[in-house]
Amino acid sequence: MRPMALVLKQPSVLPGFGLTLGFALFYFSLIVLIPLSGLFIKTSTLTWSQFVHTVTEPRALASYRLTFGASFLGALINGFFGSVVAWVLVRYRFPGRSIVDALVDLPFALPTAVAGITLTAIYSSNGWIGQYLEPLGLKIAFTPLGVLVALTFIGLPFVVRTVQPVLQDLDKEVEEAATTLGASRWQTVRAVIMPELWPALLTGMAMAFARSVGEYGSVIFIAGNMPLKSEITPLLIMTKLEQYDYAGATALGVVMLVASFLLVLMINLLQWWSSSRHTAR
Amino acid sequence: MSTEIATTVKNEEWKASLTGESTWVRWTLIALALGYLTLFLFVPLAAVFAEALKNGLESYFAPFQDPDTLVAIRLTFIAAALAVPLNLVFGVAAAWAIAKFEFIGKQLLITIIDIPLAVSPVISGLIYVLLFGAQGWVGPWLIEHDIKIIFALPGIVLATIFVTVPFIARELIPLMQSQGREEEEAAFTLGASGWQTFIHVTLPNIKWSLLYGIILCNARAMGEFGAVSVVSGHIRGLTNTLPLHVEILYNEYNAVGAFAVASLLTLLAIVTLIVKTVIERKSGPAQSAHDPAWSPQPGSPS
Amino acid sequence: MSIQVEHVTKRFGTFTVLNDVSLHVQTGELIALLGPSGCGKTTLLRILAGLERPDEGKILLHGNEVTDRQITDRRVGFVFQHYALFRHMTVAENVSFGLRVLPKAQRPSPDKIQKKVNDLLALVQLQAMADRYPNQLSGGQRQRVALARALAVEPKMLLLDEPFGALDTKVRKELRRWLRRLHDELHITSILVTHDQEEALEAADRVVVMHQGRIEQAGTPEEVYEHPATPFVYRFLGDVNVFHGRIAHDETVHEEMERELPPGADSSGEHEVTFVRPHDLELSPTRTTTAQLEATVRFVIAAGSRVRIELMSKDSSQTIEVELTKERYRELKLRQGDVVFVHPKQQQTFRMPGPSSG
Repeated sequence: MRPMALVLKQPSVLPGFGLTLGFALFYFSLIVLIPLSGLFIKTSTLTWSQFVHTVTEPRALASYRLTFGASFLGALINGFFGSVVAWVLVRYRFPGRSIVDALVDLPFALPTAVAGITLTAIYSSNGWIGQYLEPLGLKIAFTPLGVLVALTFIGLPFVVRTVQPVLQDLDKEVEEAATTLGASRWQTVRAVIMPELWPALLTGMAMAFARSVGEYGSVIFIAGNMPLKSEITPLLIMTKLEQYDYAGATALGVVMLVASFLLVLMINLLQWWSSSRHTAR
Repeated sequence: MSTEIATTVKNEEWKASLTGESTWVRWTLIALALGYLTLFLFVPLAAVFAEALKNGLESYFAPFQDPDTLVAIRLTFIAAALAVPLNLVFGVAAAWAIAKFEFIGKQLLITIIDIPLAVSPVISGLIYVLLFGAQGWVGPWLIEHDIKIIFALPGIVLATIFVTVPFIARELIPLMQSQGREEEEAAFTLGASGWQTFIHVTLPNIKWSLLYGIILCNARAMGEFGAVSVVSGHIRGLTNTLPLHVEILYNEYNAVGAFAVASLLTLLAIVTLIVKTVIERKSGPAQSAHDPAWSPQPGSPS
Repeated sequence: MSIQVEHVTKRFGTFTVLNDVSLHVQTGELIALLGPSGCGKTTLLRILAGLERPDEGKILLHGNEVTDRQITDRRVGFVFQHYALFRHMTVAENVSFGLRVLPKAQRPSPDKIQKKVNDLLALVQLQAMADRYPNQLSGGQRQRVALARALAVEPKMLLLDEPFGALDTKVRKELRRWLRRLHDELHITSILVTHDQEEALEAADRVVVMHQGRIEQAGTPEEVYEHPATPFVYRFLGDVNVFHGRIAHDETVHEEMERELPPGADSSGEHEVTFVRPHDLELSPTRTTTAQLEATVRFVIAAGSRVRIELMSKDSSQTIEVELTKERYRELKLRQGDVVFVHPKQQQTFRMPGPSSG
């Protein structure tokens, strides 16, 4: 207990600080931090040029393009449609609204492998939706478009769930004020509502993007996994692992991990921005 | 009566023209939202069951008589039964320390707890292979002592724990932070022990969030695919969890079998969503009454 | 611009918020709508603004019916209780909002907008705050910004919904005097909704007292205070002693007295209720006429400019509140437990039908 008192900023009468924080840190270090740092240590067995060569070979570069590109597009799609869904769920009443509201979280709860085989089944050329797209020249399953579909599915809840509470908390009086000042509905949405939504919307998109970049299960079934064409980075890591190329897998893993950390940092900055931007400079 | 309805309709149109949208904008937006959700949510959900039942009930139940499936079910339950309680203890401990005390580095701790959510599941598996695999640091020592972690149950459990570490903690932390520490301090000054305070004061306040955290953690533990896939080795009837079994069946062109097993996991997801909805209704009447302005209720008569 | 409200009725579901309300406001008047919460005053204000639509009745602005006209055609300035400032805009941006959303053809040039914002901020004494954000301001400052924002569109009428309701007593007092001076300068027809009688009496040209969706009385502050038209107005405007009794010739014989009617008091048949303000009660140490009540001094609160004395009636054990000047108090040399005789200098009696209702 005593050394822990050094970390405490404020004394407290409540017990259990040392015990709970100690256990939490110990457990989290053991399960997460130490194994993760192992990844970086393992990379250091590679020379710099080996590392650079591994992470910049054409197959790796193509996989980054697909992974980050499809994730970005998916985040954009979800940014738009997610906002519409959030708006409709908060502002309008229609039959089945509460069921729709509950189902938005499905991609959180559904195992990714299930999502993967199901999306493949629907969007393949003889699937429920794929059969209507095929005549239009749109092939989705087993193409990069399939990756986009899977990542859009995975990222769907994020924007809805970040924008929804902000919309709910918007003060109706503020909109009325804009109306009494002569603003049209569209002017009110653009000048009064949207500025309030932006931080949440961007945060939601960044979260969807971060989740999509690492996604594996739902993508590998629908992607077709053609090297240089429809192969995502997590799959490339997996392939290298299966070929016992631990060093190569690790190098790519480090790239992915650094990208994830940067995204987490960005999300935190966005959240900090949205909570503090109205307060004093 | 009919004039009353007419007035009501007129009043609603009036309101919509002020701080709402015209009827056609409203329905366009609803159609857009539902169309999008249909394409990406409703159709996939229906497709799981449609594909599973394509050849009738008999072939639907066939994979569940396969001993390999039963082993996969058992393994999935074991992994969840170990991961969920451990993460529960972690989540409660972390939330208690973070919500009830002010200490240096607290914000950093809150941030890093989310790391497993940001890390690709493939990397979550990879780090354990690097540690415990045949060529890993501890690998040779493990082989010497004939302990198998990778391509065996312990690896699967570890990967599952890693992936689901944050779920209970991140349900509890914001809630307990917003509740403050006054009630606990009151109980403690009245002579309750720390444990009594937790059981009688804290727990009743957090039980619904705790329950949802457990349910969500369990669903993710049972459904984890990527991380487990890396460490499992895919040994049929031995180190296959349910999601991995779905993959194997699917790759063997046994689509009906794959979807039958998938439908089981989908039911788990649906149950999770139902529990979530029920808990939200129970714990947050304040939340559901939260959208006052947009429901057709009296505004603010004075 | 004159405002006419004619037979307006508004219901929310089965609840009637406004019941056949009619009201005329002259050009340049400052009217206070006064009443307890739930009396319908805010709903009336929102109907005038066009934020709600009446179920029945008409609204005429400057003699033209606007019942079904849009807000933008009405040229109203609305000030909300919780300010409703745009959080992400600076003070200057908030004030200029109404000008910036005008159609291009009518929109003033940026220079003109800038000048107008400066003028308005000078008017509300906030020039130095132009670049601040709303949450860097105090409550009183925010409400002044809201007022400047409402004035920017040069409204023909100004509607204020409990504008000072969220502020502390001292600031409210300052602001309502300031509002009064501002009104004398600008002469915009204004309606101020409030539940604070002091605010209404001090700021308004005319006070409209509302209760349960109806107008109880409309008149100058002096009229409504000195000659309340109904028991409700009497009670609502200031402290009052309520005496239940019947009239014997020209003297009131009080058989029961109380400060507040108990709910469902059981007197049956028609009866009289007499209202007397605490400062209209006179005390004497000895009985001089028969119309006096014997009472005992229970408490004396001598702090403040006037002395407040709480008496207990000998007959009914009810509490009577009396307010005396310091001089009179010193003359009487009152102590706790003293016996005094009370009689009203001024009183008003209402005839109440059936089982007593307030």
